[in-house]
Amino acid sequence: MPAEIYLNVAISGILTGLVYGLMALGLSVIFGVIRIVNFAHGEMMTIGMYIAIVIFSAFKLDPLVMMVPIAAVLFVFGYALQASLINPFINRPEHSQFMLLVAIALIMVNVLLIIFGPDAKNVQTSYAFDSFLVGSLIVDATKVYAGGAAVLVSAILFAFFRFTYIGQAIRACADNYVGALVVGLDVKRLYALTFGIGAACVGAAGAMLVLIIDVTPALGPAYTLLAFIIVITGGLGSMPGALLGGILIGFTEAMAGLLFTPSAKSMFAFALLVLVLLFRPQGIMGKRTT
Amino acid sequence: MIGQLFEGVPARALVLGGLLLGVLVAAPFLVNDYLLTVLIIILYYAYTGQAWNIMMGFAGQLSLGHALYVGLGAYTTAALYVHFGVSPWIGILAAIPIAIIGGAIIGFLAFRFRVGGVYFAILTIAFAEFARVGFDHFSWVGGSSGFFLPVANYSVSDLWNLRGKPMMFYYLILTMTVGAFVICRLLLTGRIGYFWLAIREDEEAARAIGIDTFRYKMFAVILSAGMTSLAGVFFAFFYNNLFPEQVFHISRSIELILAPIIGGIGTLFGPVLGAFLLTGLSESMHAILYKFGVDIPGVKQVFYGLCLLFVVIVLPHGVWPWVARVLGIRERRS
Repeated sequence: MPAEIYLNVAISGILTGLVYGLMALGLSVIFGVIRIVNFAHGEMMTIGMYIAIVIFSAFKLDPLVMMVPIAAVLFVFGYALQASLINPFINRPEHSQFMLLVAIALIMVNVLLIIFGPDAKNVQTSYAFDSFLVGSLIVDATKVYAGGAAVLVSAILFAFFRFTYIGQAIRACADNYVGALVVGLDVKRLYALTFGIGAACVGAAGAMLVLIIDVTPALGPAYTLLAFIIVITGGLGSMPGALLGGILIGFTEAMAGLLFTPSAKSMFAFALLVLVLLFRPQGIMGKRTT
Repeated sequence: MIGQLFEGVPARALVLGGLLLGVLVAAPFLVNDYLLTVLIIILYYAYTGQAWNIMMGFAGQLSLGHALYVGLGAYTTAALYVHFGVSPWIGILAAIPIAIIGGAIIGFLAFRFRVGGVYFAILTIAFAEFARVGFDHFSWVGGSSGFFLPVANYSVSDLWNLRGKPMMFYYLILTMTVGAFVICRLLLTGRIGYFWLAIREDEEAARAIGIDTFRYKMFAVILSAGMTSLAGVFFAFFYNNLFPEQVFHISRSIELILAPIIGGIGTLFGPVLGAFLLTGLSESMHAILYKFGVDIPGVKQVFYGLCLLFVVIVLPHGVWPWVARVLGIRERRS
């Protein structure tokens, strides 16, 4: 095989990986601040994807254009979820929190299944088969747009946490829960905001991913797992780590699909997870905590 | 040993337990084939729940990948039976060690490298998913298009090859469930049970008083994996078809942990009660929906999700501790 094929596949994998990274960023933000593992993460993304599909089939509006409203819907959804169900569980044992989110995920997947049925759905944009020629390389236009959007949203998120008052307050909660209470921050409201932001990230990622892959309700658990793998690989709680992990997994999957068979590509992601858990459990960019 | 089994059990609990067992033994002569199948499913979940409970309820290790052991047990015995005509009773001599090796690898990696809590749960999911994708490409056992056991209309039951009528499967799973209950009771009231509970409550403290936590956590995983693989053998020969997408799927792992969670994690009777409640409620809901002509995939799982949600929010210790109080038979709080 000519070298260009490898390079083409690698670039395509990295662009998809950027979207994975944004999805994982949502999970990482939620865990980093609330210390709750969002087991319904992939399911929230499929909700975003289905909203994009419904809007597209009704009004022919491009998912990338509708990304902001979709993220807003998911924000409200995430905020409500944290404020109503998850906040009372903050001081419960870890397995109890986990079960709560397993239950929420189970309900989400199957409500989607009841509404939309098991068949795969997708959107057909006018630029679906366009591509850019860079030298001798062919780059899929859809993936360039999706990857670019993921970078943009991630940049906005970084800026939000660094420069805005609320972003700094949320980071304060993450650093020192008791301290945040002492200085008078409304921690529960900030937690709800954080979960909302995490949900908005994954909703935006869903709007991008729906351009690249078909959606079925069963995609939810698979992408929850993928988000975990990315976040653990990159370092749980580290925002740059999530993006890096996303790129790494996107690249690994694309290469595995090329060199072996596409249907076995997730095995390589799992293998990567096992290696990271064993040799660097804090992840590539994570700090060791006990 | 017999003394240990009944020691400290209130008389009322013995009478009620004996009554329940009597009803279960007589059940095939009292109910129709449909209800017998429902009872088989209930006992199946009671058995797998009991096996999972050893890891989570006793030793405090949350596994979300128990479908792995079900699948390994199912595929090993089914493949030996179909390809070489080996009886499942011989087949389990291969199936149990294979599942135990699987559990031992996960346990060794996790406990040696201090992968705990949620990370451990994710590691177990990852191994189950790894197996799912692996078996999808394993053509010797049919790959993703499934693996089938030959079936016929049996007039007599062949216990040696597990070919036969529902009644045979019913007594088989009943024996397995009672056996698992007795084993768990003996372990929990024995020395190792106290070690497990100590590890579950505070691992650092357990280590500090000299308990070899690695060893006893490994023992919990190995025992749980081995017992769960037997459920897989039952699954393969009862349903006669195996698909990696179904057997190893994460939703199987979740279904399998619902009964002990709803019944009460760490209690002996919780998995049994949980299985009765969950399957009973879901089958009656199914029957009602069927009557109204509604047959939508996903409704049952939404119901499971709501049950789980209700229990984790309202009854975090499960239904059994509450029922036991009402009946006036307090199981040792564990």
